[in-house]
Amino acid sequence: MSEAREFKHIGQRTIRPDGFDKVTGKANYGADLSLPGMIWGAILRSPHAHANIKKLDVSRAQASPDVLAIATFEDFPSVNAAAQRNGSQRKDLMDTACNIFANQKVLYHGHAVAAIAARSQAAAIAALDLIDVEYEVLTPVLNINDAISADAPILHETMMTQGLAEPATEASNVSARMELKKGDIEAGFAAADVIVERAYDTPTVHQGYIEPHATTVVFNDNGPSMIWCPTQGHFDVRARVAQLMNLELGQIKVVASEIGGGFGGKTTVYLEPVALILSKKSGRPVKMEMSRGDVFRASGPASASQSRIKIGAKMDGTITAMQATLHYEAGAFQGSPMGPGCMTVFTPYDVENLYVEGFDVVVNKPKVAAYRAPGAPQSEFAAEMAVNELAKKIGMDPIEFRLKNAAKEGTQTIYGPKLKVVGLVACLEAAKSSPHYNAPIPENVGRGLAAGFWFNIGGQSSVIINLNPDGTGTIIEGSPDIGGSRASMQMMAAEILGVAPSSLNPIVADTEHVAYNQTTGGSRTTFATGMAVVEAAEDIVEQLKARAAAMWNVTAEQVDFTDGVAHNLSGEDQLTLAEICASAEKTGGQISGRANINARGAGPSFAVHICDIKVDKETGKTDVVRYTAIQDAGKAIHPSYVEGQFQGGAVQGIGWALNEEYVYSKDGIMENAGFLDYRIPLASDLPEIEAIIVEVPNSFHPFGVRGVGETGIIPPLAAVGTAVAEAIGQPISSLPCSPPKILKLLMAAH
Amino acid sequence: MKSHISTTINGDSVEFLCDPSQTLLQVLRNDLGMTGTKEGCGSGDCGACSVILDGELVCACLVLGVEAQDAAIETVEGVAAHDQLHVIQEKFLEHAALQCGICTPGLIVSTKALLEENPSPTEEEARYFLAGNLCRCTGYDKIIKAVMDAAATMRQGA
Repeated sequence: MSEAREFKHIGQRTIRPDGFDKVTGKANYGADLSLPGMIWGAILRSPHAHANIKKLDVSRAQASPDVLAIATFEDFPSVNAAAQRNGSQRKDLMDTACNIFANQKVLYHGHAVAAIAARSQAAAIAALDLIDVEYEVLTPVLNINDAISADAPILHETMMTQGLAEPATEASNVSARMELKKGDIEAGFAAADVIVERAYDTPTVHQGYIEPHATTVVFNDNGPSMIWCPTQGHFDVRARVAQLMNLELGQIKVVASEIGGGFGGKTTVYLEPVALILSKKSGRPVKMEMSRGDVFRASGPASASQSRIKIGAKMDGTITAMQATLHYEAGAFQGSPMGPGCMTVFTPYDVENLYVEGFDVVVNKPKVAAYRAPGAPQSEFAAEMAVNELAKKIGMDPIEFRLKNAAKEGTQTIYGPKLKVVGLVACLEAAKSSPHYNAPIPENVGRGLAAGFWFNIGGQSSVIINLNPDGTGTIIEGSPDIGGSRASMQMMAAEILGVAPSSLNPIVADTEHVAYNQTTGGSRTTFATGMAVVEAAEDIVEQLKARAAAMWNVTAEQVDFTDGVAHNLSGEDQLTLAEICASAEKTGGQISGRANINARGAGPSFAVHICDIKVDKETGKTDVVRYTAIQDAGKAIHPSYVEGQFQGGAVQGIGWALNEEYVYSKDGIMENAGFLDYRIPLASDLPEIEAIIVEVPNSFHPFGVRGVGETGIIPPLAAVGTAVAEAIGQPISSLPCSPPKILKLLMAAH
Repeated sequence: MKSHISTTINGDSVEFLCDPSQTLLQVLRNDLGMTGTKEGCGSGDCGACSVILDGELVCACLVLGVEAQDAAIETVEGVAAHDQLHVIQEKFLEHAALQCGICTPGLIVSTKALLEENPSPTEEEARYFLAGNLCRCTGYDKIIKAVMDAAATMRQGA
């Protein structure tokens, strides 16, 4: 990959193939499918954050002629049996079941208790009143400090902390502890001239996709049942539902509708198994939708966190030691992204001595789901804030300080592998020469800068490309397209086949029409599914050569295929791809390419963001006045959608840093479960987001691609936090930097 | 008791029966099968259900179905003329102003309302006019560029 390659289509800004349907309202999302005879499901949710269910009586509902089916936890009778069979996934599967329907105990405000199906949505909602539930209300545990205190109410009587030096003997709200280390942390601090040690916290936030969860399900006893839903991974929906319902994979077909945002939050199941139970019981297609309030109260969110960071450096800017203690809220069931949080926290730095410990803590809030680089924004926020403070203390520019310690090829990570070729230094250099960084800081404005690291993954993807007799074709893939990936698939296939991208129609097939694909997540789609598309197209090229050879009576080795044209190396003959396809009938039948891969070699993506913030000293209101996002894409297949990932990630991070947070009453009732009070950034809140694409190719991908979807949400938290700190002249230790908090800091300073 | 409503949607005369409590959004999506208008919140906070009702930009989730009587409604399905995209739609595609696309119908309709009211908005005016349309994917940057480009193109064409 050392030489710059010339591409025909890669790197162009083509019109996305699914665009027409999306700007005209024709595209069908999760809530857009209705079927003949369809009825509606609705869910009864807990009004309490923590309570024992003393009685759950559905007899009045059962007697109502309006009610066509009822579902509760009892409808998962096979969960224990299925969980046994699935071995290691047992606990996880049980938790999923208990999250979909409370099992004797409700663990958060909004936890599903029962469901009803009726002829209309309104009738189903009205009939929920016919379900009688008696609760014994328990004291809720609403934050990490309360959860780990000695006299904390225990959420799960059987939960013992895993990963302790001595096995735990008592139930705890801490599900697990982990530890990572490198070098000698004590010696590292002893060698430091300056040490910064601080505690930070971040709130519970939601992915905030605009499309609520929704599904339409048809149970079928004589063939596969059909589940239509917006998901990042329809194959995993199939697997999850099959486990919960004790079905074989072949008994379920999942159709991934267009998806209205996910950001990690649409990687699990909430409504789908419930709708399947209701459909089975009623014999009707069943549709279910979450309200926006349900989405906030009972899906997602991302972990609140508490972090303690200690960093030591010499006066010349060499970091000698970095230490972190990280607590993550998992919500009502274990499984926060503590692991990736610990692994990523210090990875932008090449430092000898590291020590990180993490804790996974359950609280009476919804079970967390993945959110863009899960775990990393929280931990890297804390690390980057401390790094900036340390740079300031020793009088170094934050870019120079990072350049002096930057992770690069060969850096030994704390979690195992050494880094291969990475683009952090290139991003820092791009930041240094950016117009933004070289612009003077306006009056009353603070400037902050931060870096971010995310691994990215590869994994399994399956692709089929079918060519038609006229040379057009279909790319059949199985990665739900969450932000324009069909455009990049089209471009990559077109590059190999030498045809116009628009002649190839990419579709995201259901679980029956393409082999297994891993979930769209981990920034894997353009990398891994893209690699499968390239291999499937190369498979076609080999076949095209063989067909042309047959037509010319030469061997395939005597045929070259370049830019969509086969050339007979022993003569003057040429055949275009379309001409070979037109003759396919005579040369052995139609032409399809195929690739089923498990992609290795995902390239990490680093980013550096710069943020200027103005603070209104009278109200504490913050305004982002300038913002630049710089990130390594390896190779940008479609630069507009790469920039879009940088910009979208940046703005989600800005929201996290400035405004977004779950607000709970002391009883654990979420008080801002709507977009009016849970305030995500608006168009009027923001300036232009300048996006700078850095390209340090990943040699493991045929075009050099690195995933770009996730890293962009990491740096904003500390870039914004540092900018606010600079603007008000006070350290920032807690997100969000909402006006009341900033005002308090300003007033305390006077 | 359902009401019988006669209205005009995208130039077509339409009649429907609706319960007095049904919103225009529910009628459009569930009864008329016009699912181009999206629901993001049902409380007027996200703008995904933006439609133009008698020349006024509204959230269809905050309007009752019965209020459509004798009204003229314009939804995203009526913005393009057959397969000929409106300039706003073309510019959204050209500028990659959508990722997941769920907010796009509402933004297209809101942008149309903006440019009918103010053909030469400043960037700041566009940002404030469209503040009622939430987008979680793009950070708005490319949306605003598409809107400003559409405005300029439409002024040239006018």
